[in-house]
Amino acid sequence: MFYREAGDFKISYTQDNQTFPIRFDRYRYYAVMIFAFAVVPFLINDYWANAIMLPFLIYAIAAIGLNILTGYCGQVSLGTGGFMAVGAYACYKLMTAFPDVSMFIHVLLAGGITALVGVLFGLPSLRIKGFYLAVATLAAQFFLVWLFNRVPWFYNYSASGQINAPERDVFGIIITGPNAPAWATYLFCLIFLTLCALIARNLTRGTVGRKWMAIRDMDIAAEIIGVNPLKAKMTAFAVSSFFVGISGALFFAVYLGAVEVGEVFGIQKSFLVLFMVIIGGLGSIFGSFAGAAFLVLLPVVLKVVGADMLGWPTDIVAHLQLVIVGALIIVFLIMEPHGLAQLWRVAKEKLRLWPFPH
Amino acid sequence: MPDSLLFGTEVVLNGLMAGVLYALVALGFVLIYKASGIFNYAQGVMALFAAMTLYGIMVGQVPFAHLINAIFGTHIHHFGWEVPAIIAIVLTIAVMVLFAWLVQQYIFRHLVGQEPIILFMATIGLAYFLEGVADLMWGSEIKALDVGLPQGGSFWIEENTQWMGMGNENFYGFFLDQLDLIATVIAAVLVIALVAFSQYTKQGRAMRAVADDHQAALSVGINLNFIWVLVWSVAGFVALVAGIVWGSKSGVQFSLSLIALKALPVLMLGGFTSIPGAIVGGLIIGVGEKLFEFAIGPLVGGATENWFAYVLALLFLVFRPQGLFGDKIIERV
Repeated sequence: MFYREAGDFKISYTQDNQTFPIRFDRYRYYAVMIFAFAVVPFLINDYWANAIMLPFLIYAIAAIGLNILTGYCGQVSLGTGGFMAVGAYACYKLMTAFPDVSMFIHVLLAGGITALVGVLFGLPSLRIKGFYLAVATLAAQFFLVWLFNRVPWFYNYSASGQINAPERDVFGIIITGPNAPAWATYLFCLIFLTLCALIARNLTRGTVGRKWMAIRDMDIAAEIIGVNPLKAKMTAFAVSSFFVGISGALFFAVYLGAVEVGEVFGIQKSFLVLFMVIIGGLGSIFGSFAGAAFLVLLPVVLKVVGADMLGWPTDIVAHLQLVIVGALIIVFLIMEPHGLAQLWRVAKEKLRLWPFPH
Repeated sequence: MPDSLLFGTEVVLNGLMAGVLYALVALGFVLIYKASGIFNYAQGVMALFAAMTLYGIMVGQVPFAHLINAIFGTHIHHFGWEVPAIIAIVLTIAVMVLFAWLVQQYIFRHLVGQEPIILFMATIGLAYFLEGVADLMWGSEIKALDVGLPQGGSFWIEENTQWMGMGNENFYGFFLDQLDLIATVIAAVLVIALVAFSQYTKQGRAMRAVADDHQAALSVGINLNFIWVLVWSVAGFVALVAGIVWGSKSGVQFSLSLIALKALPVLMLGGFTSIPGAIVGGLIIGVGEKLFEFAIGPLVGGATENWFAYVLALLFLVFRPQGLFGDKIIERV
């Protein structure tokens, strides 16, 4: 019924190389884009933007970034929080140093700076792998957070040690600070997410992505067939950190507005993004979206059900949330190690054959 | 002797003591990793859980009291009795064995043959789960655990090292915490006991056989499931010891579970597969971070202990990827 390929003829190479080769998929994609860009901004209010949409969009960018490194290139990183902090602080320094430049450029530059830092901390991956690398990325996490906490230059010598986003605009529309309208912040993040997802999708199905996957599946074999591990791993670290840096910059400047580095970008953040990638599905762009949506919605739903409807104390709900997240991770790893994305793939296969499965 | 040298010596001694505590946590990691190839991130939370359970049993708390009260509207909190430390410890060991069995039965039995990184992530999930359960069961407030270990500085050592000052009147002898001294003794006994267990008992040998080769061990009739439960129980026991020592030192609270993070660089330095490596690595990290904080810390803003261990381990790994005593990593295509 759905997802029929019959009658969907491809008569040029361009059509053959489309991102969404099945017509139904393509229309669904257009529909989602139109809904996200043209309908949601008119409906959104402050609560929806701050509680659900902004965290979802920003975490989705971070999850795509980590998915490129962990899911596609096989290098487990526990330093996501630290790299997000680099993006946030780079954005802050740029915002305060060049107040007249557009926020777009600041966020992109913040991503670029994070990419450089990411490559620097990715260098050990050439010598060490697996667990040793995972633990080595923790060095980045702790060192970076300490650095931003202890060196006053990074927070412009402010007395509290916090960084606060000043009011900045894009084409005259305020994006950061408390006066920014909900629809503007939403659209700003959405544009970045769309760009990141498109870039990621097209990188991962091209030469670069195939090299990453070859390294992930077996690095020695990949080296023998002519993949340069130095280049492949460093590009993965660079692209991944670029995305993570963008998400960190948005998280600070657009979403929170004020940040205390140890609290916001601590090790818990690294695990949260890693969980999004696992639950969503390693090695899948759609999975990054699904995982981010899932883990952003879960606490909101639990709070609404537990604290508001059943009237339980909030500390119990918070503990239950830990239990549920932990249990879900384990259940997912046992039942479906490829995450929500795999469930989606299976559902698509079923839909393709739907009325007549034999 | 000049002040700074004496002070430096004291820093080294205290670093050695801290290192022993790190090694204690790292031991639990090594045991599980050797026998099942699982890198158990939940080790720190297991220490927290064990310490909370011990405390809860000792003061007679009702498990899940808070949750039960919230659902049924009751007001229960304590059974009203107190259990002596030694019985409570035995009961806690029983709880940890039960926990080991549950973990094996419901989680890792289903994950046999998965990639190591999947297993690692499962233990992160386990850590979250266990942390939530521990808080629900015993409440999340800070608890002062007292099982009768001595506290405070050791006057004996202070008096008997005074002569080393050689007439320096600012020196009153080395200050060492009694608890740290006890912890050192406990760790030493534990290591000897573990080595003896794995060398001279039937189960210990079976454990080493499993660590060597699962399939070969299976084919000579070793019950893999039992060995894995055994290993998790032993790790739970090590976690309990670590939990008692750290809990007596700084109270039973969430930060206890973060000692797992401190043990990771120890493991990297010593090698994931080596018990002596865990000890030596712990000592190097303990002394290194205290000395670095003492010598360089004030110049760069302090609190370098948070990251020094990691950066040291990272630099070290670049030159020796398998750690000090780890098995050489051989890869074949």
